[in-house]
Amino acid sequence: MSASLHGSSERAAFLRRRQRNERWAEWGLGAAASLAVLITLGILLTLIIESLPFFQAVGLWDFLFDPEWTPLFERAHFGIMPLLSATLLTGFIAMSVAIPLGVVTAVWLSEFAAARTREWAKPALELLSSIPTVVFGYFALLFVTPALQKLVPELPTFNLLAPGLVIGLMIIPYVSSLSEDALRAVPMNLREAAFSLGSGRLRTALWVVLPAAVSGVTASAVLALSRALGETMVVAIAAGQQAQLVFDPREGAATLTSYIAQVAMGDVPRHSVAYQSLFAVGLSLFLLTLVFNVAGHWVRNRFREAH
Amino acid sequence: MRGGLHAIWMSCFLAGCGTPPPSEVVRVDGSSTAYPLMEAVAEEYMRTQSGNVRVTVGVSGTGGGFKKFCRGDIDIAAASRPIAKEEAARCAAAGVAYVTLPVAYDAITVVVHPKNTWAEELSVAQLRRLWQPEAQGALLRWNQLDPAFPDRPIHLYGAGADSGTFDYFTEAVVGRPRSSRGDYTASEDDNLLVTGVAGDVGALGFFGFAYYEENAHRLKAVRIRQDADAAAVSPSRESVMQGRYRPLSRQLLLYVNTQHAQARPQIANWVHFALKQAQPLIDEVRNIPLEAAAYEHAFRRFDAAIAALGATEVVAAQPTAKLGTVDVR
Amino acid sequence: MGGSRNSRGKILHRGEHWRDIGFEALGLLIMLVILLVLAALFVQLWIDGAQRLNLDFLRQFPSRHADQAGILAAWVGSVLVLLVTAGAAVPLGVAAGIYLEEYAARGRWSALLEVSIGNLAGVPSIVYGLLALGLLVQGLHLGQSVLSAGLTLAMLILPMVIVSTREALRTVPQALREASFGLGASRWQTVWHHSLPQATPGILTGVILGLSRAIGETAPVIVIGALSFIAFLPPSPVSSSLPFLNFDWLYSPFTVLPIQVFHWISRPNPAFHANAAAAGVILVLLNVAMNGVALWVRQRARKRQFG
Repeated sequence: MSASLHGSSERAAFLRRRQRNERWAEWGLGAAASLAVLITLGILLTLIIESLPFFQAVGLWDFLFDPEWTPLFERAHFGIMPLLSATLLTGFIAMSVAIPLGVVTAVWLSEFAAARTREWAKPALELLSSIPTVVFGYFALLFVTPALQKLVPELPTFNLLAPGLVIGLMIIPYVSSLSEDALRAVPMNLREAAFSLGSGRLRTALWVVLPAAVSGVTASAVLALSRALGETMVVAIAAGQQAQLVFDPREGAATLTSYIAQVAMGDVPRHSVAYQSLFAVGLSLFLLTLVFNVAGHWVRNRFREAH
Repeated sequence: MRGGLHAIWMSCFLAGCGTPPPSEVVRVDGSSTAYPLMEAVAEEYMRTQSGNVRVTVGVSGTGGGFKKFCRGDIDIAAASRPIAKEEAARCAAAGVAYVTLPVAYDAITVVVHPKNTWAEELSVAQLRRLWQPEAQGALLRWNQLDPAFPDRPIHLYGAGADSGTFDYFTEAVVGRPRSSRGDYTASEDDNLLVTGVAGDVGALGFFGFAYYEENAHRLKAVRIRQDADAAAVSPSRESVMQGRYRPLSRQLLLYVNTQHAQARPQIANWVHFALKQAQPLIDEVRNIPLEAAAYEHAFRRFDAAIAALGATEVVAAQPTAKLGTVDVR
Repeated sequence: MGGSRNSRGKILHRGEHWRDIGFEALGLLIMLVILLVLAALFVQLWIDGAQRLNLDFLRQFPSRHADQAGILAAWVGSVLVLLVTAGAAVPLGVAAGIYLEEYAARGRWSALLEVSIGNLAGVPSIVYGLLALGLLVQGLHLGQSVLSAGLTLAMLILPMVIVSTREALRTVPQALREASFGLGASRWQTVWHHSLPQATPGILTGVILGLSRAIGETAPVIVIGALSFIAFLPPSPVSSSLPFLNFDWLYSPFTVLPIQVFHWISRPNPAFHANAAAAGVILVLLNVAMNGVALWVRQRARKRQFG
């Protein structure tokens, strides 16, 4: 600030200028922040507008309940169930790996592991979470599938089992870090009370700490599932491209995400059935993950125990 | 950070990437069957031009390539089937004039897994039953195709709906273009089809000959019997050039935008290069070459078309299988 | 006879004790399995790809001859796209974070902002690609260019930058701000001259982690459309004639490292798998390096704060 500002008019001018700068700053920063809302709106609007012609041509009932997805062929069917079944099956396999391993790891890190152990364990988990998904896809196709083919007779190269397991592995750090946060938030005195009664660490962890943190742990599972459902590259590389209703993970199938990737690679022109189907499937995917994301946050907030 | 940036741009210059203005680009797109050849020609051509011309090669499928071509977005469309009436009309309406140049033969090869010992020969009639739209959801096991075959599920792999191979195969086998069942692994990416069939004993797929030849140790080509009293023919260079592999022999075609070619000499250079260098590169990518005279003929027709700008489509030499009209959405 | 005791000094029942030990061993076992799988992944990548890792690999363009194919176009493309990503995400994300942390009053608007950011963090990455396809590539006619890809990835990592900015600003002691206000500074002056410099290491950590995620993202870039075969680089931004700088490179077709890996994996010829593995090694090393730098920044800041 200038030391020579002693005239009152100069001072007033200075203050006005500063006030104006202040308003500009707030406005500019606020505009940047409102981008978050704009992008969310943008996603919704783009998905809805671009897929509207699709839904106008295909009834909602058919879209939801037709068991076949062959939008580009003579016997055109536009049922989302095949893609959805593959997505959910892969997610289920992934969760059956990630939840047990992730929660046990979280409990272990929070209640058992010494500080020295945590020093290598946490970076290892962070390393796991930072590997690009395309590398996991490589791993699934060229390592996990051949290994599984030795265990499962006549497993085809494209199947859902390998990507499901790899996605599960990929998500373990996600589950474990969110769960661990929840476990650590449980105040120490609950544990101390249990210890005072002669309880060991495992009993305390399972019957005192975990129940207190159940909202956070459940939320982490739900959010991780949402992440698994939205995964693209691992399935695009290792699961094949056939859109079919699938219940057997030994078969390959196209998921919501791998369908989008495959059709978009073919570089579709704007007003074609293929282009519109991209956005219809994209909208379904967005809504699916939105439901799980909202559910996850709701569980965390609703069932949070007050301490 | 600054130093790092400078290093990057410097290494750019040192690597010899000049800054050719955007007009110095040749854009090729279209058939995935023709892609190995297009990639080879583009790479060799850029090598001879020492980086002064850029060639991009996309793989949007024959149909996708034509859509871009008729919008003027690309200079050359690579196709594994002739242009359809509707596509030609669209090009005419958009004022896109072109010349058609055959560049190679191809044999659509039906493949199965090497351990598949029962379907080493199939007739066109059997293929029709297998791939027609009525088979969707119905013909799902091998013994439904022929009671002598084992009772196990069929997994089908084939070209996607934007693919010239798809158009050609459906017309030749099912009888109506683009008429096919939809419940199979459909992909414009032939590499994916190769990987799928090579890893699945119950699989059957179809794609261009080059992809089979390159992976011959991983796949088995099915001998095709055109009708009941014909012999079953295996796809090979000889059987295609002698016209014995029917009905799945076809030509790979280049459609060149004559106005672009006249305005930008690099395009004409590239086409000349492609036609002159075709033979060794075709051998390398395992396509099947035309007769030598055909290339010279194409060369002359291209030059004539550029010279006489204003000419629209110049009819190509007759393809080996009659196609008639191809209905395109 | 002494038995084992828990942390409160109570003697533990023998079964209790063994259960504790058993669980600790289980946790350790799971961590070891994870490490083993990580090792298998790296070893597989290395075995497959090490032969191709030489200077030529970095200097060559993709080719139909697997042994002559290199990643020049891919890594240059990645660098250029990252430049655009950083250029968009950093100013906007930091500005948004500052607004939320220093300016926004608690109310419906700021709640909406927070919910939006939380939602965006959970949107599958391929949906961002669809947004880009509809809005940027088609709507704004930016085409399949470096600019489209950079902006898309910027939107993807925006939530990360915002969150890390907010958390970094939270570590700035309130006393610092109060002192600044006490001296008559405006809010913006306080932020710009005091809070922001203090928070810079934390922000930097978040930005680096966000960029390391962006460099490995494949799905959104697939939807935008990176080329299969690209044997040239985007035009250089510096030219030898006036005005010495041009922006042609923003509109150029391009490819990025993970896309190159994806295309090479998709080819059944194992020679190309070697290339994919080599490029994968480089990707992973880049990620590890960037994460390491972020960690180092965070450590140094902590030391300065407490040491």
